[in-house]
Amino acid sequence: MAQQTVTVEPSSPMGTPGGSVRIRTPARIRAMRAGGRVATYLVLWVGSFLYAIPFLWMVRTSFMRLDKLFEEPPQIWPSPWIWQNYIDMWETGPFANWIVNSLILVALGMFGQTIISIFVAYGFARTSFPGRNQLFVLILATLMLPGHVTIVPKFIMFRTVGLLDSIWPVALPDLWGQAFYIFILRQFFLTLPVELDEAAEIDGANLLQVLFRVVIPLSKPAIATVAVFNFINKWNEFFEPFVFIQTPEKLTLAVGIRWFRTQYGTEFQMLMAASIVAVAPIIIVFFFAQKQFVRGIALTGIKS
Amino acid sequence: MTATDMASRPAAPRRRGLLGWTWKETRGFLFVLPWLFGFIVFIAGPFFFSFFLSFTQWRLVGDIKWLGLQNYAQLLSGEDTRFVQSVYNTAYYVIFHVPGVLIISFAVAGLLNRKVRGIAFYRTAFYLPSITTGVATAVLWYWVLQPNGLLNNFLNIILDPLGVQAPNWLGSTTWAMPGLIIMSFWSVGTTMIIYLAGLQGIPQHLYEAAEIDGAGWWGKVRNVTLPMMTPQIFLTLVLAVIGSFQVFTAALIITEGGPADATLFLLLYLYWNGFRFFKMGYASAIAWILFFIILFLTIVQFLTARRWVYYEGERA
Repeated sequence: MAQQTVTVEPSSPMGTPGGSVRIRTPARIRAMRAGGRVATYLVLWVGSFLYAIPFLWMVRTSFMRLDKLFEEPPQIWPSPWIWQNYIDMWETGPFANWIVNSLILVALGMFGQTIISIFVAYGFARTSFPGRNQLFVLILATLMLPGHVTIVPKFIMFRTVGLLDSIWPVALPDLWGQAFYIFILRQFFLTLPVELDEAAEIDGANLLQVLFRVVIPLSKPAIATVAVFNFINKWNEFFEPFVFIQTPEKLTLAVGIRWFRTQYGTEFQMLMAASIVAVAPIIIVFFFAQKQFVRGIALTGIKS
Repeated sequence: MTATDMASRPAAPRRRGLLGWTWKETRGFLFVLPWLFGFIVFIAGPFFFSFFLSFTQWRLVGDIKWLGLQNYAQLLSGEDTRFVQSVYNTAYYVIFHVPGVLIISFAVAGLLNRKVRGIAFYRTAFYLPSITTGVATAVLWYWVLQPNGLLNNFLNIILDPLGVQAPNWLGSTTWAMPGLIIMSFWSVGTTMIIYLAGLQGIPQHLYEAAEIDGAGWWGKVRNVTLPMMTPQIFLTLVLAVIGSFQVFTAALIITEGGPADATLFLLLYLYWNGFRFFKMGYASAIAWILFFIILFLTIVQFLTARRWVYYEGERA
């Protein structure tokens, strides 16, 4: 039973999973393990193929000639191979504008959500003030609130102040910290020993100095995890830009690629090319950050 | 004169502020202030405004007309059959999507937690669909789900010898929803990552103890992995239910709610009422019903959590 007492054991430097003590395992068990490994790889190969194939199909489609898309049976490998789709796509829509708008939205979002959340989380984790716990409960409550409940009043609000059809109705509400990130960061900050803060304060550091010199340097994995989440969410954000922005030039990339569908019938090959461009930065970020990402989530103790 | 009173008091330890709190007691509040401002202006304000609007009729121009409970009466009495349909569709989606995604994520995380070569590649492959922009995924699946699309090409390998016809996913009221649900099974990335992090946090000695007790593979999963993972399972369950009630992009791009409203989701209906028909009051009432459904389900989950979620270090 898992509920039994958990004894504290000296952590082994290797931390090897699957038996820390080396004993000669009988041949039968070794054979079973080998079989298990083969099965694991087999399932992993089939599984990752299944999960990657829609994406690979997207890559393939982005290099095809439009009329070849409707062939029966479908071409697996594009022939002829059309690089031109990417150039067409670039020239057909206000693509550069979309990228710039997405980058602005991501930059504002990451400033307002990751960076501001660090300050707010620090306030909740490391200082005390009247009403702190009540306010924190309020933050947790907003996690349950579907953002879409407030879409209508927000629309009316931004219409009244004349900010509709711009990036601001999407970006402005993001500038004040984000409940989920505040929660994650606070949980992490709580795991750092308070003695460090106190020592710094005795040395004459004020709260901001404690934050910048002690807490932030020790919290890099957690902050990086939040930043990656934040980047992906903002880059892909759809609903709010979709509702608030109409002018094609003012759209973000995630919403703008829809344009290839409505304007000219459907230019699937261009739409797929645009999608690849939209997804590529995220794939690159994720591929290189995935190890830290998983570790970061484990460290932030997301479970509690 | 209070000021002189204060000054003449012999041993006032620290300077007291306006409400009798010291700087040290209140300075932390400054850190929280940005969030509080954003909360009041962009969350609480719109929240209550939307509650008010849900009792009115307003088409963005002219006067706001007070209707009392009429919007809710129309929605909840079943008079608006499209709304009833959208609730049914959303429930249909949630009931299959949530368990499906949790189970698949768990299995994949279990595989990825083993010592295998090229782990970065597999993780990225499984995570790919979750980070692909919604529109791109949707348009892609529009193709995959065509009668002669990628999915049917695979299915025909099995179905053709049996003499069964593969479904016309998007063209049939019966199959459109299963099609979207199958598509949703591709977005396991975030749940999977949370599980993976959780699996890595399970102490190895628990497995060793189970092995000594003679537990096999299933015994270890059932008696160690599952109980230790209940906090993550609970977290992802709550998030998945909240998220899946707000399904939108797929239906908007692929089916536009069709055929014959077979994939009309709550949020899509809300969007149409609010931003196509400009019925602001009615849309707000739908939003509030959506909110109450989610709130109710979340509370139920939290109440039942005590029976099955095990937090380490919080022993009974």
